[in-house]
Amino acid sequence: MSSWLGPEEWWALGLSLKVAFWATLLNLPFAILVSHALARWQFAGKQSLNALVHLPLFLPPVVTGYLLLITFGRRAPLGAWLEETFGLVLAFRWTGAVLAAAIMGFPLMVRAIRLAIEAVDPKLEQAAATLGASRFWVFATVTLPLVLPGLIAGAVLGFAKAMGEFGATITFVSNIPGQTQTLPSAIYGFLQVPDGETDALKLVIVSVVVAMAALIASEVLARKAAKRISGR
Amino acid sequence: MSLSVDISHQIGDLTVDVAFQAPNGITALFGKSGSGKTTVINAVAGLLTPNDGRIATQSEVLFDSNAKINVPVHRRRLGYVFQDSRLFPHLTVQGNLTYGMRFAPKQSTGPNLEDITELLGITPLLHRRSGSLSGGEKQRVAIGRALLSHPRMLLMDEPLAALDSARKDEILPFLEQLRDTTGVPILYVSHSVAEVARLATTVVVLENGKMVQAGSTEQVFSDPAMVRQLGIRKAGSVLPAEVKEHHNDGLTELSVSGGRLFLPQINLPPTASTRVRILAQDVILSRDLPAGLSALNVLSGTITDIRSGGGPGVVVQMRCGSDLLLARITQRSANALHLEPGLPCHAIVKSVSVARHDVGNT
Repeated sequence: MSSWLGPEEWWALGLSLKVAFWATLLNLPFAILVSHALARWQFAGKQSLNALVHLPLFLPPVVTGYLLLITFGRRAPLGAWLEETFGLVLAFRWTGAVLAAAIMGFPLMVRAIRLAIEAVDPKLEQAAATLGASRFWVFATVTLPLVLPGLIAGAVLGFAKAMGEFGATITFVSNIPGQTQTLPSAIYGFLQVPDGETDALKLVIVSVVVAMAALIASEVLARKAAKRISGR
Repeated sequence: MSLSVDISHQIGDLTVDVAFQAPNGITALFGKSGSGKTTVINAVAGLLTPNDGRIATQSEVLFDSNAKINVPVHRRRLGYVFQDSRLFPHLTVQGNLTYGMRFAPKQSTGPNLEDITELLGITPLLHRRSGSLSGGEKQRVAIGRALLSHPRMLLMDEPLAALDSARKDEILPFLEQLRDTTGVPILYVSHSVAEVARLATTVVVLENGKMVQAGSTEQVFSDPAMVRQLGIRKAGSVLPAEVKEHHNDGLTELSVSGGRLFLPQINLPPTASTRVRILAQDVILSRDLPAGLSALNVLSGTITDIRSGGGPGVVVQMRCGSDLLLARITQRSANALHLEPGLPCHAIVKSVSVARHDVGNT
């Protein structure tokens, strides 16, 4: 197997999985919070928040990447501050790839989770409140368990998007083999050199396998969760 | 524990404007659909913020528009049983029942899980999920869930309306037991005369958002004005009664304050107290003590009120012992008998029902 893929390709696959995992994990709490706010709360600026969340979906990814670069680059104020305060460098590092993938996947996760939250009967949440549950506990003990299938669907969408993210990633963190080269950037790299197509095809197959595995796993989980909340 | 409510609220075209006290026992908010009952109970629960007014228990103000007090739903500690039970689908019956317990104050007292499952007969259901329960079972679990949150008061919004009469009969005894054994007062919304006649200790009648009657059940149902409210077929007085004796011929003798009543055997032991309901249309009046009649039940008393309602009929209210009885007769008969307040009179009761038996049927 190791001869079938070279060490750098294995590394790219590992990085993509790592980036997708962290991007999804970081996104989840924020996506849940924002989805809940958009689905249930009334507040000024709700439409603006909605637009902002969806922005990465409509902007060309390279624009998002460029915006990240001028915000989080080492010489940009925010980037410099992060480096000084936390020693955290994002531009041209794998951590930056996580940020780019997270931002690109965020709107997809919010859309899925928001739909699930809107589908929860507010009457059940009212019932929980009359039983003494504060807003937080209503959310934690009623809303959240009932949106679990939507949460899983959202997480898988976010993960898949993160695995496939290319435009924003290559703009923000470049395509450095062994450092910031993800699966899509590696495929792109192979396509730029003569006779690279066989290697590219191998990575394409790997991508398809990972995507299928994620999809099947999510289906199984979502079905289990849906059965649990059906009340039967 | 008692609750005082004095609120006004505009909802669509309806202006709800009510002020009443709910003492211990069951206080029924009674009226047709659209009369504002649910608005009132939701305001008490805190699910709806009224435009104006005050809602308070003896010890705590829950809402006061002037003082800008509005205690949030989860801190009011009023258990709410909804018409559509609203059990949590992701929890088992036991999970539903115990849900509110963790939020109840540590020092609060009240029934525990065993008491409740036994009282409501739901012990065999504990590990089932709510989706597999029947309507009656769901509603019993919902009642148990509300009680186990150790509420100061129980709110019930048409808890039986979605059930067929067999399921109603399954739940009504529990509600009576709740009323008679636990000290938790209940605010009970219903449009069913029979339910209210059987359960309520206090009745508040709503019409188009306004309160038109309020008082003890006996008092409200024996008011001639209620005939217009309920319609001729359902109007009738409610009398407290005590079981005297079961006779060999299949009749049960009951005593009411104005005399004795016989009715087909009922399933209660002697000395048990119950309520009887005598419909106004089932009462015939006579100036002389009738003789040679097949009717067994005759109560004697004095006419206290005669009210005509435009049609050919009049409603006569008479006092028998300490109870009030309603009779609906024709204007012609009233004239022929020269009936007027103060005159002694005899009521021949064609049919008596113990309030508990006709509940499922009306």
